[in-house]
Amino acid sequence: MERVEVLKTYKIYIGGKFPRTESGRYYTPTNAKGDALGNICLCSRKDVRNSVVAARKAQGGWAGRAAFNRGQVMYRIAEMLEGRKAQFIEELIFQGATKIKAEQEVNTAIDRLIYYAGWCDKYTQVLGSVNPVASSHFNFSVHEPTGVVGIIADESTSLIGLVSMIAPVIAGGNTCVVIASESLPLSAITFAEVLGTSDVPGGVINILTGASEEMAKPLSTHMDVNALAYSGNDEAVLKELQEYAVMNLKRVRSYTKDWMNSDSQDLYMISDYQEVKTTWHPIENIGGANSTY
Amino acid sequence: MATKKKNNQPVEWNYSPALESTSHVKLKDKYELYIDGKWVKPSSKKYFKTINPANEEVLAEVAHANDKDVDLAVKAARKAYKNVWSKIAPSERAKYIYRIARLMQERAREFAVIESLDAGKVIRESRDVDVPLACNHFFYYAGWADKLEYAFPNRKVESLGVAGQIIPWNFPLLMAAWKIAPALAAGNTVVLKPAETTPLTALKLAEIIHDSGLPAGVVNIVTGYGDTGAAIVNHPDVDKIAFTGSTGVGKIIQKAIAGTHKKSTLELGGKSANIIMDDAPIDQAVEGIVNGIFFNQGHVCCAGSRLFIQEGVADKVIEKLKHRMDSLIIGDPMDKNTDIGAINSKEQLDIINGYVKIGIAEGAEIYQPKCKLPNSGYYCPPTLFMDVAQSSRLVQEEIFGPVLTIQTFRTVDEVIQKANNSPFGLAAGIWTDKGSRIFNLTTKLRAGVIWANTYNKFDPTSPFGGYKESGFGREGGLQGLGAYLKMN
Amino acid sequence: MNNNKGLEIPDFSQSPIVDKVGVEERVERFQKRSIKNESKMQGLRMALSMIDLTTLEGKDTPGKVRQMCYKAQHLHDIHPNLPTVAAVCVYPSMVKIAKQEVKGSGVKVASVSTAFPSGQAPMKVKITDTKFAVDQGADEIDMVISRGRFLTGDYNFVFDEIASIKDICGNARLKVILETGELVTLDNVRRASDIAMYAGADFIKTSTGKIQPAATMQVTYTMLEAIRDYMNTTGRQVGMKPAGGISNSKLALHNLVMVNETLGSKWLTNEWFRFGASSLANDVLMQIMKAETGVYQSSDYFAID
Repeated sequence: MERVEVLKTYKIYIGGKFPRTESGRYYTPTNAKGDALGNICLCSRKDVRNSVVAARKAQGGWAGRAAFNRGQVMYRIAEMLEGRKAQFIEELIFQGATKIKAEQEVNTAIDRLIYYAGWCDKYTQVLGSVNPVASSHFNFSVHEPTGVVGIIADESTSLIGLVSMIAPVIAGGNTCVVIASESLPLSAITFAEVLGTSDVPGGVINILTGASEEMAKPLSTHMDVNALAYSGNDEAVLKELQEYAVMNLKRVRSYTKDWMNSDSQDLYMISDYQEVKTTWHPIENIGGANSTY
Repeated sequence: MATKKKNNQPVEWNYSPALESTSHVKLKDKYELYIDGKWVKPSSKKYFKTINPANEEVLAEVAHANDKDVDLAVKAARKAYKNVWSKIAPSERAKYIYRIARLMQERAREFAVIESLDAGKVIRESRDVDVPLACNHFFYYAGWADKLEYAFPNRKVESLGVAGQIIPWNFPLLMAAWKIAPALAAGNTVVLKPAETTPLTALKLAEIIHDSGLPAGVVNIVTGYGDTGAAIVNHPDVDKIAFTGSTGVGKIIQKAIAGTHKKSTLELGGKSANIIMDDAPIDQAVEGIVNGIFFNQGHVCCAGSRLFIQEGVADKVIEKLKHRMDSLIIGDPMDKNTDIGAINSKEQLDIINGYVKIGIAEGAEIYQPKCKLPNSGYYCPPTLFMDVAQSSRLVQEEIFGPVLTIQTFRTVDEVIQKANNSPFGLAAGIWTDKGSRIFNLTTKLRAGVIWANTYNKFDPTSPFGGYKESGFGREGGLQGLGAYLKMN
Repeated sequence: MNNNKGLEIPDFSQSPIVDKVGVEERVERFQKRSIKNESKMQGLRMALSMIDLTTLEGKDTPGKVRQMCYKAQHLHDIHPNLPTVAAVCVYPSMVKIAKQEVKGSGVKVASVSTAFPSGQAPMKVKITDTKFAVDQGADEIDMVISRGRFLTGDYNFVFDEIASIKDICGNARLKVILETGELVTLDNVRRASDIAMYAGADFIKTSTGKIQPAATMQVTYTMLEAIRDYMNTTGRQVGMKPAGGISNSKLALHNLVMVNETLGSKWLTNEWFRFGASSLANDVLMQIMKAETGVYQSSDYFAID
């Protein structure tokens, strides 16, 4: 007699925990062949709210970590992803990818994490500046995380779009609430499990599944979200996000990139979620021979 | 022996008026719109009066641009962009901007006088702060024009096209410089609208730009009210909106351009904390408080309007602050000795007085030095409100006048929390002798500019701009260029 | 008389700290005051009346001192109603002569002492030096502090030395010279000011005139703030004397602006504010004559001594 397989319950990821949606609802997306992908949480605005609370709580601690440490944590995510590569490939194939494409996608996702892990302790060096002001002051500009970022991940990919949006956001010390691809949600949930077993503090990344249309409004109107990231080319959605963002002047970034392309990763995706802080301090000039005081 | 007695009698020493001469300043009775290198009558046929807020006298009549005029200006800017400005060598672009900077320097005093007449700003500040900084801004960005490829590593940069720029009335010329200089250096053309109460220095700048031989249409100055600004914001052929002003209007603009792919930078309001620790250099901190809130009559978006004093030194700081306020001279902006000039407009004075009334009604202890205000014009004495609650409207809302609220605190944690407890995040001041504490505070305060042991310092090389509802994008420095470039 | 007896002495290592750049900015604001017309005339006359006309040279002779004393009382006799200077300032050996020369004019005689200008002598010598000057009739004693001891942190030594000298001054007013050019930082200037005042100084004074830099406005401002704090704490008024480097009217007026706005008009008399200067008087006189005649002046028309 064949062994009865244990089926996976797909959960969401909030504050480092794996609850089911508080709404109790689910949806059942299918692949091209018509196979059900699973019973996926159909998250509500309350899940969005809970995620933002978790992300806010985690933000100070994550931003306050040594940049080197953030890099290590991100590298650890890549390691864990590498270890579960087979599962990701299998799920991608199940969601409709060819084996080659699936392998490419997972490899690219791992490499992308490594890429941004490396930036953690470098971007402030490249982007920061010491500004030669004309008065007797030391003046420097550093980049600081914008805060809590709402991410609406790429709908057309399951893993690479998600990872490509999350990585630069957290590399820069932000925390995030991510709305995964509605039609291809499996990799997002498995990625959450990777996060759960890596060293990412709870709340730094929160991943929700369900109807993007339903969650976009509570996320983009939320007064405690500082920035929005949108991947896709639906102009109507973008306009709506931009309008909602006005309430507390969220920074809105949108991308129409092919995330499989290596050009889609760069330093400026980190700086998209950074604020420039400029600090002044007097310089007491007491020279020896040429003191003029 | 008689002289001895006389010598020993202390007498009050009041400074005689020392008025800046206005004889070398040429103002026209009527100003048209500066479009495509020409002075153009407004198709609205309407003009508005700009007055001197220090005595309510009319200085000039200024054209009120409508949609049609703005369209004309945008078309001119587009044409200049396509045919000239995007084609000429960046090094040549630089030389035009340098030329403008030099011409401004040559006529610095004239600019200063007009600024003080039109804005009510004291001549000492327009002469020593506004105008030199404006000139320096052009100088700084001129040099960037042919070096853009060094600014953003691994990116190819390109100009955006036509920039629509809307500036406020608190630093009229300086804000025009902050907007125009980087836009031109990055290779864009400009349609700029000065504030309706302070259009004159921007119009004077148009004269200088004209004299500089800058190709027609590269800079267009259209004067008017909010409707003129709206016409710029809503014009489909504008690629970029740069706005400095209130958070309320900033939101309206941002909403208007949603879904249009217009880039924007917003420099909006603030309610910045100025924090005095018990080990601060107290006398310099007091001066920093004064510079923080009474500079430019408090019409400063980054004004240090929320003062936090550690309890151990609160009495001392307040006593010294009151003493310093007593020596501030309030009155005619054209007098070189005046410290606090006129409030920019009657509307603004009403707003400020409204907040003072709220403060009194809330029962906060008020202090204003005994000073005689001029009979005509709009004036507000420097004002302190002591022991104000964090929840008071005076603490929560931007007043944009010489009104300071004082709160005390006990620990660093407490003051960081209170300072950050605001929808704004433009600037903050911190006064302490301890280096490690400075770095702790400067890291934790959520604001775009942190002044440690100083306040209200500006420089063209220093990026300026806010966190949260204080807006986004930076002006000044290398970072200020990014706002006017496409990156590929 | 030392009126500081019984006063609680603070820990001078905890003197308020001073941010130099902030002080420079504050001073710039004073310098931007534009003093015109009547206020200028009033300021110039005040400045004249506050001068300590000084000669402190190895080559000083009775003849030189007599000439200076005459000038002190007759600044520019062509002009009626000019005040006299506040005092003449000489070495102890010249006090007697000076005293005779200024008799009845109201002009005071100040004597430097305590092994001026270096102060590098044993306490006994400093006491003898001071006692001699007082006995010769000096109205005011300008002592120097031991800068070496101060810079090694021996604040008690500096305090005790000042207090000891104060004790033997009798009715003579004690000015304590900090020699700020050797103290280098404004934090030190502030601390030395506090020590001097708490030890009994009637005046604090910037410099001997032998060391550069001397009375910069930054230093004077720092000392004025110390005086203000001391007054607020103890209720005792202390005078201020910038000395050295104030050679023209503009600088003198800026100093007066600074006194006016930092301490108030209570200090705007020669009882509480002095300029230690020798060449200032003629420049002020030239400015007064210019203001009255409308014609720019030449130094040929103003007596140098």
